[in-house]
Amino acid sequence: QTQKRTMNPSQVLNANKGGFDFELSKRNEALLSGNQALSSKVPKAMKTGTTIAGIVYNDGVVLGADTRATEGSITCDKNCEKIHYIAQNIYCCGAGTSADTENTTNLISSQLELHKLQTGTEPRVITAMTRLKQRLFQYQGHISAALVLGGVDATGAHLHTVWPHGSTDRLPFATMGSGSLAAMAVFEAGYKDDLDEKEAVALVDQAIQAGIWNDLGSGGNVDICVISKTNGVSMKRNYRTPNERKFRSDLKGYHFPRGTTEVTSESVEMFDPSIVVPSEPDDNDDKNDDNDSKMDVE
Amino acid sequence: MTSRFQAASSEVSPIQHTVSPYVVGASVLAIKYRDGVMMIADTMGSYGNMARFKDFHRLHKVNSTTAMGASGELSDLQYIRDMLEELTLGDFQQDDGSQLTAKEVHSYLARVLYNRRSRVNPLWNELVVAGVEPGPNGQAFLGTVDLYGSNYEEDIIATGYGQYIAMPLLRREWRADMTKQEARTLLEKCMTVLFYRHCRQINRYTLSDVTADGVDISEPFELEVKWNYKQFVVPTAQQSLVQ
Repeated sequence: QTQKRTMNPSQVLNANKGGFDFELSKRNEALLSGNQALSSKVPKAMKTGTTIAGIVYNDGVVLGADTRATEGSITCDKNCEKIHYIAQNIYCCGAGTSADTENTTNLISSQLELHKLQTGTEPRVITAMTRLKQRLFQYQGHISAALVLGGVDATGAHLHTVWPHGSTDRLPFATMGSGSLAAMAVFEAGYKDDLDEKEAVALVDQAIQAGIWNDLGSGGNVDICVISKTNGVSMKRNYRTPNERKFRSDLKGYHFPRGTTEVTSESVEMFDPSIVVPSEPDDNDDKNDDNDSKMDVE
Repeated sequence: MTSRFQAASSEVSPIQHTVSPYVVGASVLAIKYRDGVMMIADTMGSYGNMARFKDFHRLHKVNSTTAMGASGELSDLQYIRDMLEELTLGDFQQDDGSQLTAKEVHSYLARVLYNRRSRVNPLWNELVVAGVEPGPNGQAFLGTVDLYGSNYEEDIIATGYGQYIAMPLLRREWRADMTKQEARTLLEKCMTVLFYRHCRQINRYTLSDVTADGVDISEPFELEVKWNYKQFVVPTAQQSLVQ
């Protein structure tokens, strides 16, 4: 009969000397066991509920995104940035787990910078797309990143969607995230050939707003990024702010003019500028320490 | 001895409850407008991934002031239609000039559906009831009931995928004083967008229009769809590098 012994930390360390350490496996099992006390402490992943959209117009690409980040049913960030920099001419909107979209786009941006230095050419959108899809496919969908990738390069203006399992689409207009149906409805109703920049920006703005108002996972402000063949990149952070706080306290903060509270009496006490705290006899070996504390008050 | 038990178990089967729908109808959209209420639905009955019935009419005239549309399990729609016909027939037989109003039909259906839900044997539908009160200054009525018995009245209603795809468009563009043509155009636009994006819908619709003059349910019609945007025909990747 084997009896279960509880081990103290040093015993545990000794038992696991050498070879593989499976301590974390026990922890994983405990977390998955359904034990309420343990599993309730695990924080929910921060997700971007999200509406993201992109459209190809006559001179380039317009990307748009809302700005709400959620942890379960709580909005943890009312104004986060979902349009990520990939290269000077390539940007990427991200939906899904915030950590995954942020880190994946940073990684591929870094890879593309190295690639650019190595080849001496401007990065291409399909290169970013290929790097992203290869990484996401490798992780078989466990990296929860759904992306709308757009940019302008030597081959023209391109817009792609990248799904968490690693598949991609190339489209004239695309939406992703929980608000994608609302945004896509606006696109399907309003898209036409040969849009100019003004029409494209207006359409993306309407699409993101459809997500903000009709989807609970999306909200906050509208971010727009215009990537143009002729005028380069114009990042319009908070292009529209339709959810401003209605009641604000005075911008100066809690400043109340003298006399707001009536002063009935006043008394002033001056403290001695220098106080000596007498030292107490110590049991420690180091009697040489100066145990007097002097407090100087100017 | 054993044969008696065997006979008993083979003759008596347990009571079955609806756990999933089989033949289903897609979205129904409905809006109030200046002269009354307009409702639209496609004419498909899907059997899972199969487009099984392509001429199934899901909008039904209840009586001269009320129309009903349904999405979800179509056999339950037919059962509900029979129930309502019984009620209408009863009114007719009374012959006292009084009919069930749309509000009453809505209330009746809400109670029936909630009762079924409470017995855990639902009628697997989302119903839309549209009507206009008889007489001068008759108020327009538009309400919905779902398989749980949740019910409410609204100026714009969409069921199924219509809630995700058509509602954002309807909420943006609906006005209380729309004309008949404007209302029709709006519903048709929303149905076209739904047809683009809903895999279980076809491009064949019936429209019901309820006004003070009565209930009119149209013959099936098709809508224009566009598949040949430039960038779908010649994708950007294949466009010439010389711009």
